[in-house]
Amino acid sequence: MHGLILRSIQNYMTDSYGRTAWLQAVAQAVPDHPDFEAMLSYNDTLAPAVLDAMGAVLNRPRSEVMEDIGTYLVSHPNTEAVRRLLRFGGMNFEDFLHSLDDMPDRARMAVSDLHLPAIELHEHDEGRYSLICDSPLSDFGYLMMGVLRVMADDYGALAMLDHAGHTGGRETVSIQLIERDYADGRSFNLGAWAS
Amino acid sequence: MMGVVARTMPNRDVLDVLCPMHLRIDARGLIIGAGPTIQKLRPDDPLEGRAFLDVFRVSRPRGILTIDNLWKARDIKLHLSMVGAPPAQLKGVMVADAQGGAIVNLSFGISILQAVSDYALTNADFAATDLAIEMLYLVEAKSAAMEASRKLNLRLQGAKIAAEVQAFTDTLTGLGNRRALDQTLERMITSGAAFAVMHIDLDYFKTVNDTLGHAAGDHVLQVVARAMVEETRASDTVARVGGDEFTVILPDVRNIDVLERVGQRIIDRIEVPIPFNGTDCTISASIGTVWMQASSAITRELVLEHADIALYASKHKGRACQTFYSPDLRESANSGTPPSGREGRKV
Repeated sequence: MHGLILRSIQNYMTDSYGRTAWLQAVAQAVPDHPDFEAMLSYNDTLAPAVLDAMGAVLNRPRSEVMEDIGTYLVSHPNTEAVRRLLRFGGMNFEDFLHSLDDMPDRARMAVSDLHLPAIELHEHDEGRYSLICDSPLSDFGYLMMGVLRVMADDYGALAMLDHAGHTGGRETVSIQLIERDYADGRSFNLGAWAS
Repeated sequence: MMGVVARTMPNRDVLDVLCPMHLRIDARGLIIGAGPTIQKLRPDDPLEGRAFLDVFRVSRPRGILTIDNLWKARDIKLHLSMVGAPPAQLKGVMVADAQGGAIVNLSFGISILQAVSDYALTNADFAATDLAIEMLYLVEAKSAAMEASRKLNLRLQGAKIAAEVQAFTDTLTGLGNRRALDQTLERMITSGAAFAVMHIDLDYFKTVNDTLGHAAGDHVLQVVARAMVEETRASDTVARVGGDEFTVILPDVRNIDVLERVGQRIIDRIEVPIPFNGTDCTISASIGTVWMQASSAITRELVLEHADIALYASKHKGRACQTFYSPDLRESANSGTPPSGREGRKV
């Protein structure tokens, strides 16, 4: 598994609960790896072990931890780059939803060995979507719910999200877009990074 | 007739969507239409009605100063800059229209990074097929990845330096080890400058170890190491090369008296009793010294062998003294009798 994913999990824990909480969790899961390097690769078994240990330390179910990580990834100042890169996906929330299919390819364009879980958007009737997530990490759908909730706010859209369960290793998140222009949202300046 | 016009000359709405940075110019070279994005670059300055060559300078091909020159540059890539502030570097191509005028389509090319911040451009300012947004995404994503790699490289470099320091350090005393000695000695020999090597062996150290234990021995080694560092210059290298063996490399030694004095000071310091848990540990030191004149051809192995022979002579003379290497010592070393109990006598 790519170090970027493990490092993001680590950063979530340290930024939200402090270094001590992280060390406590990681000591249970992988005693010889107190810190993950973002640009190295690690064994695939590490992430589930670390997430389980984090759940134990925080005394919270995996689904809640995953949703929290999703929220963290697109709202914390330390991860502003992630929010910006996602905002390149579209001019409004609908556009953004449709760009999610391309997310793994876009990620690979930037970091060739970064493999993100496959996600697929299905559009039903007006404003109703299902996001199918196919991830080796269980409860990845909850992480996407965290991401989508923040991104809806970011675009100023009003959306209802629901985890519609697992089937054969795939998870479905149902999305109901209630109002596209509900609020002002956060600004996204294309050139903000370069200037 | 309208059908023909529509085919040869797309209407303005069509061009605004497909090429939001287009300009239409008439046969006299006046701008008669501008796409929304190119107009956005000069919001207070309507482009319509102005002469194309007053607003844009063609930098390549060179020498396009009149409208007649410009007509000859149809269908090829143009490099242009837009007059006024902030400056804009543009690429473009011009095609003739059916009315004797032309359509010029422009793009930012590589100046896109600067342009999006200079003009606060958004996705809506680019044609849906334009790769500008993808390029901005890539630059930002790649830069973030590159920055992460750079940080990793810095950390790895730091770890490498720390590992190297560790590999060249004797952990008990903090002095250099055999590897550090070899490296420094090699450097001295290559430089061809004069230098000296002192091989120091502690006398009666084994007795301390045997009677008071390893903790006492370790303490003595640490005190002795500190004494050697204090009695030598900062530019000298002190290394622990064996259990109770030390080597000092002294660069820039101009006369033998200096070496006599340094050696004597080291022996005097080492002979000061070292208290450990209420008991005084009393040891001494024997020194064999080689003084290398400038640019004498020699190998590291030979220097250390000479120092060893001189040390052997000091031991032979009854310890607690310094001997300088000379070739005649080699013969007596070969034929001589070994010093009694090199590991020392009981205190």
